[in-house]
Amino acid sequence: MGDRFPRGKVAVCGAATFGIGEAPGHSTIELASKAIRLALDDAGIALPQVDGLFIALPDDLFAGLSLAQYLGLHPRFTDNNRSGGASFMSHLITAVMMLDAGYLDCAVIAYGANQRSSGGKLSTPARPDRWDAPYNPLYPLSFYALAAARHMHQFGTTREQLAEVAVSARLWANTNPEAFAKGPLSVEDVLGSRMISTPISARDCCLVTDGAAALVLTRADRARDCRLPPVPILGAAAATWYNSTTQAQDITITAAAESGPRAMAMAGITPHQVDVVQLYDAFTINTILFLEDLGFCPKGEGGAFVSDGRIAPGGALPVNTNGGGLSCCHPGMYGMFAMVEAVRQMRGTAANQIPGAQIALAHGNGGTLSAQASVVFGAADTA
Amino acid sequence: MSGAASHWDAALAQGKILLQRPAGGGPAIFPPREFAPGTGEPLEWIETCGSGTVYSVTWVQRKPPEAAYNVVLVDLAEGARMMGRVEGVTPEALHIGMAVRARIADGPVIVFDPAPPASKEPTDG
Repeated sequence: MGDRFPRGKVAVCGAATFGIGEAPGHSTIELASKAIRLALDDAGIALPQVDGLFIALPDDLFAGLSLAQYLGLHPRFTDNNRSGGASFMSHLITAVMMLDAGYLDCAVIAYGANQRSSGGKLSTPARPDRWDAPYNPLYPLSFYALAAARHMHQFGTTREQLAEVAVSARLWANTNPEAFAKGPLSVEDVLGSRMISTPISARDCCLVTDGAAALVLTRADRARDCRLPPVPILGAAAATWYNSTTQAQDITITAAAESGPRAMAMAGITPHQVDVVQLYDAFTINTILFLEDLGFCPKGEGGAFVSDGRIAPGGALPVNTNGGGLSCCHPGMYGMFAMVEAVRQMRGTAANQIPGAQIALAHGNGGTLSAQASVVFGAADTA
Repeated sequence: MSGAASHWDAALAQGKILLQRPAGGGPAIFPPREFAPGTGEPLEWIETCGSGTVYSVTWVQRKPPEAAYNVVLVDLAEGARMMGRVEGVTPEALHIGMAVRARIADGPVIVFDPAPPASKEPTDG
């Protein structure tokens, strides 16, 4: 037993973002609530029909409780799993199981953050643990820097290849009206940007923006009555190997090497069948690590893989078609936005729509490469 | 009885850097645990010889005139990995694979010094 997943039995029937970029004058729960309102309208589902709430907020450890109060609901189940940017993929797994079992009928997953308007810095209550803290690593940046430095040492990955990731993300963002960072960006621009924690410079880092997103999930039979074609969930898996990256056995391999293959096995697909990939690019090294770990190229070849525009518009593998955390938005726990973009691609409504896309992989990263979770979405007729 | 971390803290205060390993032997474990991670088997305390190798390194930049400082991951000879910093080195000199030696500095906190590689003679006096 293990990894039995109700493939295609639960679908996303509503999806929305709100306040991407700058949304001054909003609390985190106000942003999340506005995204929930839009997602419910998108689904054509009334608020009282929601009986499961799944949420993580940067500034509220009891976010699930606060959301029930704010929405005025008495949900059958409330979950505020906090596995960082992978939280929402984990929320989705729990919601799918509960919906399929008939414990819930309609689940909402939501996130909202105002970190740009409220201070302009990444908003997280997380800190290095007591064993790492005496050495003052920047949290989370230096942990990714240590992974990048080792990847470069072990596989010959270059800063130019890291920069290719940022350039590709910017090219997608330039044609996405919702994206926050637009304009020309070259490899030279990235290499010349301010060094922060070697080898990661300012343009290797995700944005700091406001933003909220929400998904509405229900059983696939019920989702067929919704306003737009349902997006079935074909597989989903979470994997957690540690909290501090110091404890990684091999810092160049993340738990995505477990979550990705498990999720794809549940969906009955291989990486070759994935038409579009949305992954949590907190830093440029993430995209390289995850493409390797998820099986799109062998370990160590990610740097070459992302070069020559392969993951950019017009490339062989569309990655982060909204511009990602690097150029679309990064309100903190980005996993939610990766899922919304995957859903839009499956509905055919994405700003940078990939024609004929049938399978989308959304991948979340939590902590400092610590927690990984992968979700396979399909177009309406794949279930 | 106190937890493993308190035992480790007390030893460090007395000038000893402790690790743990499975009672029957095997790669060392850090930070301290109540039982062996992954197996649940009992652990015993050992003292590290202090020799290590740099597994990865980053230099955190600061606004001049403040100098950049390094943060390293070190693989100790007994098999455990820990975060640290290497003192008295330039960015040019500090590299992955470099041999280092642990020392207890004021704090107390564990820091590392460059060490001549075990397999080679020192190149100068």
